[in-house]
Amino acid sequence: MRLLRHQLKWEQRLFWRSRESAVFVFLFPILLFALLTAVYNGHIDGRPASWALLAGMIGYGAANTAFAGLAITLVSRREIGILKRIRATPLPPAVYLTAVLVSIMIVFAIQVASLFALGRLLKSTPWPTHLLSLVLSLALGAAVFAALGLAITGFIRSLEGSSAVLNVIVLPAAFLTGSFGPTRHYPKVLRAIGDVLPLKYLLDLIKGIYLHGQQFWDKPLAIGVLAGWGIFGMAVALRTFRWEPREG
Amino acid sequence: MSAISVRDLRKSYGTDEALRGISFEIEEGEVFGLLGPNGAGKTTTIEILEGYRTRDGGDVEVLGFDPGRAGSAFRERIGVVLQQSQLWPNLTVAETHRMFAGYYEHPRNVDEVIVLVGLAEKRDARVKTLSGGQKRRLDLGVALVGDPDLVFLDEPTTGFDPAARRAAWDMIRSLRSLGKTILLTTHYLDEAEQLADRLAVLREGVIIREGTPAELTAGSNETEVRYRKDGQDVVVRTTEPTKLLQRLTAEALAEGRELEGLSVRRPTLEDVYLSLTAEHEK
Repeated sequence: MRLLRHQLKWEQRLFWRSRESAVFVFLFPILLFALLTAVYNGHIDGRPASWALLAGMIGYGAANTAFAGLAITLVSRREIGILKRIRATPLPPAVYLTAVLVSIMIVFAIQVASLFALGRLLKSTPWPTHLLSLVLSLALGAAVFAALGLAITGFIRSLEGSSAVLNVIVLPAAFLTGSFGPTRHYPKVLRAIGDVLPLKYLLDLIKGIYLHGQQFWDKPLAIGVLAGWGIFGMAVALRTFRWEPREG
Repeated sequence: MSAISVRDLRKSYGTDEALRGISFEIEEGEVFGLLGPNGAGKTTTIEILEGYRTRDGGDVEVLGFDPGRAGSAFRERIGVVLQQSQLWPNLTVAETHRMFAGYYEHPRNVDEVIVLVGLAEKRDARVKTLSGGQKRRLDLGVALVGDPDLVFLDEPTTGFDPAARRAAWDMIRSLRSLGKTILLTTHYLDEAEQLADRLAVLREGVIIREGTPAELTAGSNETEVRYRKDGQDVVVRTTEPTKLLQRLTAEALAEGRELEGLSVRRPTLEDVYLSLTAEHEK
């Protein structure tokens, strides 16, 4: 426990001190939200557009922070030898990874709070009502994306390409699943692709709770699909996660 | 008591035999050098002892632990400087030390360690602003912050300029005076000769010679005699230098000429090393 607290404190300091992570991981979804609410008017899903965009941007934030942000952090640390160096210390690997995961969840939580506050400020969006359901949904979503983030590090060979690869995954996924606006008018094929992605089901949960007053447990299908992706991510991560940089 | 005991250690990567059964012992408080050309198996050996790699065969004991299975209790007592590794660019020197100090039950005082590795003036500088040599000293500081009994240094001065190498050597000597056991790999002969109490020469996964630097050079009883005759350099290696010199000087005296550029030299470790590794190339 002492080790976990110690590492968590340093993970937070490392995150906020790095301009790259603070801007691209934390700030980017917030800026994007401000931009989109400025251009979209009218209604989405029977609610004011800004409400739906807020829900969409929280989902995108989960993918951007817990999946892409986590993967970039771990790949960069692996490739410059920090992960290997840490393994020579008494800090248990499980404690280290837990601290990294909890730290990224804290960042995501602050991001979500900032999005609600900004929505309130710019477009008078309401505060969320079913808080417990929202927290459960976001925790599940962030955990699933973190598992997938751990899994993908094994397939990224170098730091140079990592943020490009991850954006090629996250941005289209967010677009296809409706983070940036409704998908109803998309071609069938694109909607079908969107329908298998985990972000779609996280968005279902968030929109159900925030826009339509539902509860977490009202969406067993979404919970099931997300859990499936999470288990898949963990299984892959256990096989492919590496602590050491690629040789040569 | 032995700090490290290695018996018949073997390791293969696919069909490539990196270690073909090596054995050595390192006493507590000793500085032991593992010397050899690139690809000889030095890093494989040190990484097995650090617990990073598994072995295919043989017995290994480090501070009474099997590093292949040891956990936190083992890592409390070792310090590691890897051949290539960086630390967080955005933390300061002091912060980096404090972060690592938190991993150990009984860390050393962080400020003392920073002074010991000569980074006191850079205490509050961000890691990304340090020079290459300073970063290497930071690596060493971080390896020492847990107050280890045993320190692994994998090519600690590769890529250093001469002044930085001398500084690093002084630091390693000061570690020795603290009573630490040190295992050092290097492909620099002068480094091994300067620092190591004993050393093993590794080539193609086999230890081809082991002993103190003096023993290694004593093993060869040839003396090299050089002089110039008719503008030509002559080099003679002999096991009977007295006889050879008497003959040469007698001839020169009889002919009334000088033995220009005369030098008589015991082989250095470098000569021994080059002849050893050359023998094996044949």
